[in-house]
Amino acid sequence: MIKTILAELLGLFVDDAAFALTILAWLVIATIGMPRLGLQTPAPALILLAGLLAILLESALRRARHGG
Amino acid sequence: MFAFDWAHAGPTILAGFLASLVEFVEALTVVLAVGAVRGWKGAIGGTLAALAVLLLIVLILGPALTRIPLDAVQLGVGTLLLLFGLRWLRKAILRAAGVIPLHDEEALFKKEVETLGRFARATQGFDRIAVATAFKITMVEGIEVVFIVIALGAAGGGLLIPASLGAAAALILVIAAGLVVHKPVSTIPENTLKFTVGLLLSAFGTFWIGEGASLDWPGEDWSLLGLFALYLATALIAVRLCRAAQKALPA
Repeated sequence: MIKTILAELLGLFVDDAAFALTILAWLVIATIGMPRLGLQTPAPALILLAGLLAILLESALRRARHGG
Repeated sequence: MFAFDWAHAGPTILAGFLASLVEFVEALTVVLAVGAVRGWKGAIGGTLAALAVLLLIVLILGPALTRIPLDAVQLGVGTLLLLFGLRWLRKAILRAAGVIPLHDEEALFKKEVETLGRFARATQGFDRIAVATAFKITMVEGIEVVFIVIALGAAGGGLLIPASLGAAAALILVIAAGLVVHKPVSTIPENTLKFTVGLLLSAFGTFWIGEGASLDWPGEDWSLLGLFALYLATALIAVRLCRAAQKALPA
């Protein structure tokens, strides 16, 4: 039962590994790299959001093109 | 009685309520199957035991997280909330576009009834299979509720009560529905709920990550509404594009 619950816990955050890893990679870039570019507020926050929206769109579309 | 910042408390209550509603409905389906096939004593016993464990986790972890610096909590919990929310939203988009099938509570109920009926039933005391099945499903679905409540509560700094209120309201509603209908609550538009919850959690997760990393949002707290709207617009575009891509696939 503990194994099932642990698997369920991991499954809360990851069911498509590529999708989850891309999100994490983008968060690292956006939160660590972007503040060093010296962009004016609110550009960094909006770039963070734009990246996440693009990742969502691309991942869903890739899955749809791959078939059900 | 409670002085809430409603720009955060309102969406937090709503997110806690809707997310918990989806999870509790899934748990209710299995608990009802357990009750119908194995008897209500074991079904209710297993469910109550799991609810007690889940409540204990919230009471221990919730306040403990408030002792960690808020920036670190916002970044850490925001990341988990975003992964969780975007996963739900992506799945809801694919379901709405017809790429993957919709969740079917009636089919799940029938499958559970069939599985549970294969085992001999205890004649005295608690039926172990009934208790274990009800406990497991309530824990598995409830742990998602616990995560959402703690994440929403901790990242917002003092929003544990609004998040818990939303979850408690969903629990009461689902128990009431179970008592009245005694069959799976299949009329709830589950994918629409998951779509909405995915939007809310993704908006919250994005907002907290920005706050934790000191990236200023335009409009500050009210930018949550803008984040929700932009995620909604993107998700609706994604549904259309996925539907078109699905149709273009060779038969």
